[in-house]
Amino acid sequence: MPDSHTASSQPILSVRDLKVHFAMPKRGLFSSHRDYVKAVDGISFDLKPGETMGIVGESGCGKSTLGRAVLRLIDPTGGQVVWLGEDLAQLSTSGMRSKREDMQIIFQDPLASLDPRMTVGDIIAEPLRTFKPEVTKQQAREHVRELMAQVGLMPEMINRYPHEFSGGQCQRIGIARAMILRPKLVICDEPVSALDVSIQSQIVNLLMELQRDMNLSLIFISHDLSVVRHISHRIMVLYLGKLVEVADRDSIYDNPRHPYTQALISAVPLPDPDAERSKSRVVLTGDLPSPLNPPSGCYFRTRCPRATDLCAQQEPPLVDVEDGHRAACHYWDSEPLTSSTETSRSGPET
Amino acid sequence: MNDAAAGAPPVNVLEVSNLDTRFSTRDGEVSAVNGVSFDVRAGETLGVVGESGSGKSQIFMSIMGLLATNGWATGSVKYRGDEILGLPPAKLNRVRGSKLSMIFQDPMTSLNPFLRISTQMTEVLVQHMGMTHSQAMNRSIEMLDLVRIPEARRRVRMYPHEFSGGMRQRVMIAMALLCQPDLLIADEPSTALDVTVQAQILDLMRDLKREFNTSIIMITHDLGVIAGLSDRVMVMYAGNIVEAGDVREIFYSPQHPYTEGLLKSMPRLDSETGGELPSIAGQPPNLQHLPPGCKFEVRCPYRFKRCVAEQPALLPFAPGRAKACHLSQLPPEGPAEAPRQRDQEPAAQPATA
Repeated sequence: MPDSHTASSQPILSVRDLKVHFAMPKRGLFSSHRDYVKAVDGISFDLKPGETMGIVGESGCGKSTLGRAVLRLIDPTGGQVVWLGEDLAQLSTSGMRSKREDMQIIFQDPLASLDPRMTVGDIIAEPLRTFKPEVTKQQAREHVRELMAQVGLMPEMINRYPHEFSGGQCQRIGIARAMILRPKLVICDEPVSALDVSIQSQIVNLLMELQRDMNLSLIFISHDLSVVRHISHRIMVLYLGKLVEVADRDSIYDNPRHPYTQALISAVPLPDPDAERSKSRVVLTGDLPSPLNPPSGCYFRTRCPRATDLCAQQEPPLVDVEDGHRAACHYWDSEPLTSSTETSRSGPET
Repeated sequence: MNDAAAGAPPVNVLEVSNLDTRFSTRDGEVSAVNGVSFDVRAGETLGVVGESGSGKSQIFMSIMGLLATNGWATGSVKYRGDEILGLPPAKLNRVRGSKLSMIFQDPMTSLNPFLRISTQMTEVLVQHMGMTHSQAMNRSIEMLDLVRIPEARRRVRMYPHEFSGGMRQRVMIAMALLCQPDLLIADEPSTALDVTVQAQILDLMRDLKREFNTSIIMITHDLGVIAGLSDRVMVMYAGNIVEAGDVREIFYSPQHPYTEGLLKSMPRLDSETGGELPSIAGQPPNLQHLPPGCKFEVRCPYRFKRCVAEQPALLPFAPGRAKACHLSQLPPEGPAEAPRQRDQEPAAQPATA
């Protein structure tokens, strides 16, 4: 990875204690009790210019909600999202609108995120028409053509419709649309998960190249730990809406301190028969607990091979393990889990 | 795989020859599988890897008689010597579900949401094995225990929606194994699951294989899953087998440019980070407008004149290995000059989605 981000530079984005809670329907007509799903629960992080923050976790861990709450596509329940010194969570809708020029998002399903009735040229130019009405049609078209070439699409295809393109090409269109305003931050929500293996690497390369050229900051959300490792400078691991570990790329992969991170990394199937068959694995039992009724204390304890009474009573704080590496586990200092631990503790499954 | 075959000659559970699968669509005929031939030996796990549209699933949908109504298959598929391709459903059902069973990516689409798990499981046993209801019930509970579903006795009475994704996939595996099949076909069984749950399911399949010595066909796009589970591997591209061989040889010494490209383009947990990922340029071909020569030619870094005109046949080149490529050997140092990915794609045919 390029070391384009320098340790000293000021963060462009500071998220503090961000919370997104969704209210569930009341159980009965006269019930006063209401359940909340805490999709994102007290997450803080900083992002520097030119830096890529990877967010990993399993389905339901809140990684996409976090990305959307940063852009205020979902309104946060609490906490701050400080963008270049200004708290976005406090802005009015119209105040927020002017900020959106600098922040864009790329979605997982490339075809579903493009309007089927618009030509590629119109799709890519749309942000320009919204935010820069002074740009003439001719100029916009010229700009779109340049950008299409930059993202690896043939400019001659400017008048075609999305269905005429393959998945990988549609993702390039989505990327071009996100880049046309030269944003400072792009949130990539599983941008390569729907693509074939041979196309994934093309898109990852494109994102990294655009980042270098434009000094972009990226938030890269994915469940694929190999892809995240390749593209990210720093990585956050989420579990049931909580941040369980955050560190620089190499520290998190070489020295994971949270048992969940250790399990996640060891569960990735390696495309290497000898390594895959001989590696030691941390096998978790059970499934994710229901977010409506999370376990007491540490949320991970129902699946954790190391859980003790302390874990049931006290939620572990996020502590500094070393410079820039933080983990939320009472036993972060213990030897990492290695062999498969087959306890038959099964979580409260749904 | 070879311990079973060490002494006696290998027994083939399944022999597929010249299988062609076509679909008629509004835009004309599309061939999904082009004259594919292979065998599956008793007790082995065959990995089938390929991207979307490579035909990897359609081969097995053809074999199981599950093609969509606009599709048809020709060629020959023999199960332990008996032809099963094109059998009417009544006859096919004697092997399907009992001797050959299949599990799919999304268990919710193959479980009936209106029926209890118990009803769905016992039906198979009563139909295929002639068991009484209470025998069937006991066997179902045993099976759920075996796939490590906690409290099987209670859970067998639940409905599919009361299970989580990983648990549903376990139910599917239990159902597929009820009649102790000879061959289990697993089509992306762990793709829809989270990594930690995927690891549990793959572990389970490994254990079951050891216990029952069932042959398994593992269809997936995930090379990691293939590496961990398969004895032999078949690589598919645009409806053709492009390379086949022992799992270690395929991964450590790929001999088809597509296999080589796939393996190189995967970021790995242990690979160098930084810099550009190697990638295969261009897009997978449109099955409606396949080129006359090698289907991979437009994306191949080693292509030469012959590849444009003549489709290479799948030919053996070493014991147990075969490939469909005109080059006798790939240069060990890789392609001379990796084509730039940002190069614009060849004036592409409009893609099928």
